[in-house]
Order: sequence, then structure tokens, then C-alpha cells
Amino acid sequence: MSSFASFLEMGGYGGFVWPAFALTAAVLLALLVDSLRRLKSGQRTLARLEAESPQRRSRSSADAAAGGQA
Amino acid sequence: MPLHRFANPGRFMRLADRLLPWTGGLAVLAIGLGLYLGLFVAPPDYQQGESVRIMYVHVPSAWMALFVYSCIALASAAALIWRHPLADLAAKASSPVGAAFTFLALVTGSLWGKPMWGTWWVWDARLTSVLVLFFLYLGHMALLSAFEDPARGRKAAAVLALVGFVNVPIIKFSVEWWNTLHQPASVFRLGGPTIHPDMLWPLLAMGLGFTLYYVSLLLIRIKCELIEARLRAFGRAAMAAAPAPAAQ
Repeated sequence: MSSFASFLEMGGYGGFVWPAFALTAAVLLALLVDSLRRLKSGQRTLARLEAESPQRRSRSSADAAAGGQA
Repeated sequence: MPLHRFANPGRFMRLADRLLPWTGGLAVLAIGLGLYLGLFVAPPDYQQGESVRIMYVHVPSAWMALFVYSCIALASAAALIWRHPLADLAAKASSPVGAAFTFLALVTGSLWGKPMWGTWWVWDARLTSVLVLFFLYLGHMALLSAFEDPARGRKAAAVLALVGFVNVPIIKFSVEWWNTLHQPASVFRLGGPTIHPDMLWPLLAMGLGFTLYYVSLLLIRIKCELIEARLRAFGRAAMAAAPAPAAQ
């Protein structure tokens, strides 16, 4: 317990060391979570739009058609 | 240009999906290793005591601040010269990440400076030039959304990124060219590192982890840009189809 307390104390610099690590973790995680949310919401919207307009040829079928003509 | 092979969005998406588990997994491993070595194994500094552990987040953040900016400058050159379609997206996807790393370098440096130098901030060459870098990132992000025509915004942002690149060597060599409170380079210097291996390894592990984190985030954010471009194309198609639905 006391060794853990002394670890947290960081030789008296705990008030500077831990905020530096915590802020770094918070900023990097926030950026990751925000980017993943943006990706998921984009993928969901795109999937919905593609499902709603089945008459619109998808890229792969267009490619296949172009390949068939060649 | 072999890079043009990845100009195809579908091909890029498949490549990104294959790479992401590796870059993401290795980033977690490297950062975990760096934290373990930095917090538990590395010794306290003989002058700075335990406060030196701030180095293990401060220095990799500062490296990334410069590295991400260099990537943006390179991507901007590729976008302006070869008009590579993914280069603009890479630059746009990078600047918030670089701004975050620069912000972290500034704030963790401040948290380190207060106990060691006795001040949160000093207007010396290193700190001021990194603050300028932070504003360059903000300017890059602002220019991208400042024009009604996004192509003009991308071009203006690319020019800013290239002009602002002069700041990168200024930051790197500021600790040698001017008198400063900031200590000189101890890892990437002519003649090799002067830092003790027990402190060098956690630093390199964190640096590798942050680089892989950036690569992973870059892949995710370029995917976002490609998907949002397709969504905009859907929007345009719907608008064009609305007045004449029988166009098919």
C-alpha cells in the first residue's frame, strides 16, 4: 500500500506527472472515439442509401458490366 | 507513380481494412510497453527526479507534432504536383491529429517546465516556434472549410502547409541556434543518442506506438472522407434525379 502511495506521489512531482499522462490519454482516446463514431455513422447512412436505391448500379456491378463489354 | 494504384477508393478501403488490425494492435502493444518501461522500469533522473517521466509523453508528442506536419507538407506537394486524389484527403485527415499532438507537447511541456524551470511558459525560440506550429495546424483546418468551393480550400490549405514547412527545421534546430531554457536534442542528433538506454527504450516504444496510432487514425479518417464523398455523390444524384425521375 505504502509503495503504491509512493508510486502515486512520484517523488513529490505527482501533481505534474499524472496530469501529463492523463491528458495525453484523454486527448488521444477522444480523437480515436470521435473518428470511429464518424466512420460508423457514415457507413450506416451509406448502407441505408444504397438499400433504398437498388436501381442505382453499385460500383462492382458497373465494373463487371464494363468488363463484360471489353 | 506506383502510388496511383491506391488512388482507386475501393482498393484503398480494402488495403486499409487489411492494415488496421495490425497497426492498431501494434500501437496498443508499443504504447503498453512504453508505459510499463517508462513508469516502472526507467530510473528517476539524477537531477530531475521522478518529474523526468513526463518525458515519455512529452517527447513522443513533440516528435509526432513535427512528423505529422511533415506528412501533411508531403501530401500537399503530391496533391499540388501530381493531383493524387488521396493526397488531399490524407492532408485533411491529418491536421486535427497533428494539432492534438502539438497541443499535448505544449501542455505536457508546461507541466514539466513548472517544477523544473520554475515557470509554465517562456517566450523562447523552441516554445514559440512550436506554438506557431499549433497555429499552422489550426490555419490549415480553417482554410479547408473557408471556401464555398472545397477544391479552392484544399489548394489554399496545401499552399499554407508547404509555406509553413520552413517552421519545421526552425523548431528542430531552435535549441542550437538560440539561447533557450529547453534542453538540446538527446536522441536524434549527429553522433548518436546521449540519453541512457534505460530511458531511450521507453521513449522509442512510445514513439513507435504514437506513430502507429497516427497511421491507424489516418486510415480510419481517410475512410471517413471517402464514405462522406460517396454520401455527397448520393445527395447530388438525388437532386439531379428529383425533377426528372424518368431519366433512367
